[in-house]
Amino acid sequence: MNPEPTESSDPPEEEKEAQGRPIGRRVLLGTLGLGALGVVSAPVLQRGMDGFLGAVSGKDPTGLTGLLPNGGGFRYYSVTASVPNRNAQNYRLTVDGLVDKPATYTLADLRAMPQTRLVKDVQCVTGWRVPGTPFEGVRLSRLLDAAGVRAKAGAVRFTCFDGAYTESLTLDQARRSDILVALRMQDKPLGHDHGGPVRLYVAPMYFYKSAKWLSGITVTEHVKPGYWEDRGYDVDAWVGKSNGRDDDPTS
Amino acid sequence: MTLRAEAHAPATEPSSHVRRFGRADRWVHRTTAALMGICVATAACLYIPEFAELVGRRQLVVRIHELAGVALPVPVLFGLFSRGFRVNLGFLNRFGPHDRVWLRGALMRDKRRSARPADKFNAGQKIYANWIAGASLVMLGTGLMMWFTHLTPIMWRTSATFVHDWLALTIGIVLGGHIGMALGDPEARAGLRTGKVSREWAKREHPLWKP
Repeated sequence: MNPEPTESSDPPEEEKEAQGRPIGRRVLLGTLGLGALGVVSAPVLQRGMDGFLGAVSGKDPTGLTGLLPNGGGFRYYSVTASVPNRNAQNYRLTVDGLVDKPATYTLADLRAMPQTRLVKDVQCVTGWRVPGTPFEGVRLSRLLDAAGVRAKAGAVRFTCFDGAYTESLTLDQARRSDILVALRMQDKPLGHDHGGPVRLYVAPMYFYKSAKWLSGITVTEHVKPGYWEDRGYDVDAWVGKSNGRDDDPTS
Repeated sequence: MTLRAEAHAPATEPSSHVRRFGRADRWVHRTTAALMGICVATAACLYIPEFAELVGRRQLVVRIHELAGVALPVPVLFGLFSRGFRVNLGFLNRFGPHDRVWLRGALMRDKRRSARPADKFNAGQKIYANWIAGASLVMLGTGLMMWFTHLTPIMWRTSATFVHDWLALTIGIVLGGHIGMALGDPEARAGLRTGKVSREWAKREHPLWKP
C-alpha cells in the first residue's frame, strides 16, 4: 500500500494551508472545460435533448417547454422593426419579370385556385424542428405556368411586404411539386406571426427559404442570393445537405 | 496659513464602518453588471417569442448583443491594474477549511451563525464569482464561433449554438439568484455602492474577515 504523504514531509503545505487552497481557479477552469466538452459532445447531446423535449412539449399544457432551447414549436424571427398587417382587402401578390403575362392576385384569387396540402417536418437552420406540420396553398409551379415563363429565365426571386426580406430559387427548384404559395398552416389560415396572410413554403429546404409575408414573385435570369444568404447561409439550402448540418431530410 | 480640519482628525476611519470595496472594485462590478444586463436583455429579445415579436430588428439586436458580449471581460481586465482588486481576486480564489463548514451549512440549510463561517467572501460568493467568470468565457468562446463562422469548421456552429443556448438559460437562473440575494441584503448592496459596510454587519456576515 502506498503511504499517504504526511503534512510534515512537505513544509510549504502549512503556508499554503494558511492561505487556503486555490479552489476558485479550479472552479473557473472546470467550468471552461465543461463548456469545451459540451461543444465537442453537442451533436449527441442535442439529438437526445431534442427527442426528449419533442416528446414532452406535445403533452405540456403550461407551454413552459416552449421557452427551453429547441423546446419544440416555432420561433418568431423578423428582420425588421415592424411588419405591416395585410388582410383579404389589401393583400396583393404580383408575378412579374421574365414572363409573358404579369399578374396580380388578391387573397380571394389565390383561394379560388386548386389547393395542395402537404404535411412534413419543418427544420430551422438554427436547430429547431417541428414535426408533421400541415401547409396548404397553391403550387408555385401553377402560378409560374399561368404567367408563361420565358425561355431565357433561370431563377425566381421572392420579395416580402416587410420591406426587407428576399429569397430566391432556381427555376428547376421552383417548379418542384413540394413548393407552395401557402395560405394555411396547421390547418388554420396563416396568421401574421407565421408570415400571413401568404408565405412561401419550400418543403425540402431549411425554413429561412420559406419567406414570410410574401408579396412579389419575379422571374429572373440568374439567382440573386436572399437576405440571410447575403449573411452567410447557403443559397441551395437542402435540409441535411447544406449549411454544414446533417438533419434528416424533410421532403 | 490655515490648518485644515482633517489634519486634526484621527487618520483611521470612523469605527462604526469598515472599508470593503475600493473604487476599482465598484466600477468593475458596475460596468460588468451593465454589460451583462445588456446581454441578457438582448438575448431575451432574440429568444423569447413575445419579446421578439415586440422588438423585431433582428440584425440590430444581434449586433448589440455581440458587442456587449465581447466587452464583458474588459472591466475585469482593467481592474487588474488595481492592487486592491487583485487582492480581492486572491480572496475569491483561496478556500480554507472554514469554507467547507460554510458549504455544509448552506446545503443543510443550517442558518446558525456558527454554521456559516466566512472570510471577506463566503464560500458561496467565491463559487459564484469563479463559476460566472468561467461561464462568461464559455459564452464568449461559443458566441465568437457563432459570429465568425469562417474561423471554425461550419458544423461547429451548431454545437456552439447548443452550448450557448443551454448555458444562457443556466446563467439566467444563477444570475437571478445572485440578484435576489442582493435584494435581500441592503447592507451588502450599500457596500458595493459606497465601498463601506458597518462593523456589525461585517462581524455578523463575515466573522473571519479582518478589515
